[in-house]
Amino acid sequence: MIDTLRLTAEEAKGLLERGELSAAELRRAYLDAIAERDGELHCFLRTTGEAEGDGVPIALKDVISTKGVETTAGSRILSGYVPVFDATVAARVKAAGFSLLGKTNTDEFAMGSSTENSAWGPSRNPWDPSRVPGGSGGGSAAAVTAGLAPWALGSDTGGSIKQPSALCGNVGLRPTYGSVSRYGIIAFASSLDQVGPVAKTVRDVALLYKVIAGRDPCDSTTAELPETVQLPEGDSLAGVRIGVPTELNEAEGIEPGVKEAVMRAIGLAEELGAEVEECSLPRSVRYGLPCYYLIAPAEASANLARYDGVRYGPRAEGSSYQEMVDRTRDEGFGDEPKRRIMLGTYALSAGYYDAFYGQAQKVRTRIIREHREALERFDVLACPTSPTVAFPIGERAADPLAMYVSDLLTIPSCLAGLPGLSIPCGLSDGLPVGLQLIGPQFGENLLFRVGHALEQAIGFDTVPERWR
Amino acid sequence: MSDLPKGSLAVLKGSSRVAISREEVLHVARLARLALTDDEIERLTDELDKILEAVGIVSELDLEDVPPTSHPLDLVNVWDEDVPRDSLPLEDVLANAPEREDGLFRVPAWG
Repeated sequence: MIDTLRLTAEEAKGLLERGELSAAELRRAYLDAIAERDGELHCFLRTTGEAEGDGVPIALKDVISTKGVETTAGSRILSGYVPVFDATVAARVKAAGFSLLGKTNTDEFAMGSSTENSAWGPSRNPWDPSRVPGGSGGGSAAAVTAGLAPWALGSDTGGSIKQPSALCGNVGLRPTYGSVSRYGIIAFASSLDQVGPVAKTVRDVALLYKVIAGRDPCDSTTAELPETVQLPEGDSLAGVRIGVPTELNEAEGIEPGVKEAVMRAIGLAEELGAEVEECSLPRSVRYGLPCYYLIAPAEASANLARYDGVRYGPRAEGSSYQEMVDRTRDEGFGDEPKRRIMLGTYALSAGYYDAFYGQAQKVRTRIIREHREALERFDVLACPTSPTVAFPIGERAADPLAMYVSDLLTIPSCLAGLPGLSIPCGLSDGLPVGLQLIGPQFGENLLFRVGHALEQAIGFDTVPERWR
Repeated sequence: MSDLPKGSLAVLKGSSRVAISREEVLHVARLARLALTDDEIERLTDELDKILEAVGIVSELDLEDVPPTSHPLDLVNVWDEDVPRDSLPLEDVLANAPEREDGLFRVPAWG
């Protein structure tokens, strides 16, 4: 009997390599777990009954194009869309032998922090199904915690990998912008979108990152990694300088239980030999969120212009071409994409461009510089991933601004293009708390080292209490 | 809008600007090619106004001499060799089309 709730991807790989288990048996165990628990959790939008690959299975967020498997990005406007090619990351995991379990739920076009914006209904948090799993990649994160997939890929624009991992109690990496190909990813905001792994351990995340990272001729914004990915091993943090940015740790709205768990983890880092010191990112928190909510919608308004009912997706009736396009878009997009398309179009429109979009681009420069200065003094920065633990379904759904604040602490480093790792660091009110570690560009190996050492010291049990 | 999570929105408050009008929302909807319903226009006028007030605080900063960032990596002129490759077959290109005719996408007439 395979306990998919506890089995790590690395252990699964070992079982296959030693011939103790066949790939078909392993895959069956996950499909059985999906049959048992996904009725409640709704992590998957669809599973793939048959799939090639004799390696460890994997789940992919539904913004990742998969040849021959419907890909909707959580939107009605892409219902029935079956890609005729694989995204580079899908091709790479397949080439590594991983078999596709299915496509996971996401807020529509990855716009949201709870999966409640999915046109196909929300996913639920394995720790407490009355609460959200975070978003937009809540389906991938919840699937990993619930043992429905050993690992998964998500995508992160302003926190869509890190925040769900924090809320579901597992490990998520938003890689350095440019380290993972975006080719075949359904675009939201192109200067921010990054694909990254979700898994139960830092080592699993590193293993999966190794498979997907590196330059892709089909995405000219990708770069060759400056060093090969190293699997973390040690438990010492001797010589590692950890900065604790005041603004990211003292922001209003951070729950006391979240702060406590994060401070405990930072204390552990010190015991493991790290040098810990407070530092400051004076503008990144106050101006990060406003900057993001101008730049991301502006880019989204351009990226989502392609959904016009001409080449794919459902088409609305219209007596003229223009009427068909305008109606298709109104009927096909949900509330959040419409809000962001409108906001972005406004911020880019004549008369407002300089005051909104242009100014936000300059704020972004400031935020990049602040992070660069902090990372000259420190190897990594540490803070909570999310200000709160998982919130009840419905609590923020009616209020866009309340939902946007969920990403207050993940957004600044995303704007700066920096990698961020979220690891579980404890419970608050019985719900997981995530510690966010931010590194320099292409500093993933350092994040893996620090994350792994802390993970061992923290000893967090990733299995939700109700299933132990 | 409902009450925000306690205290967490202090960061989003405090700019002064002229409220967005229904006419502006209609204009933007036309630019964005969205046939919004009356209900949607009403709701978006209110929501966009609140969001723009919140994000408008970026104007507090004096950034006269700061260059804009459009891309977080210092990559310039990434060139590849000009090697011809096969394109997608026409059948694949048209596979998801709502309507097609003679190897083309079919749409209603411009009007």
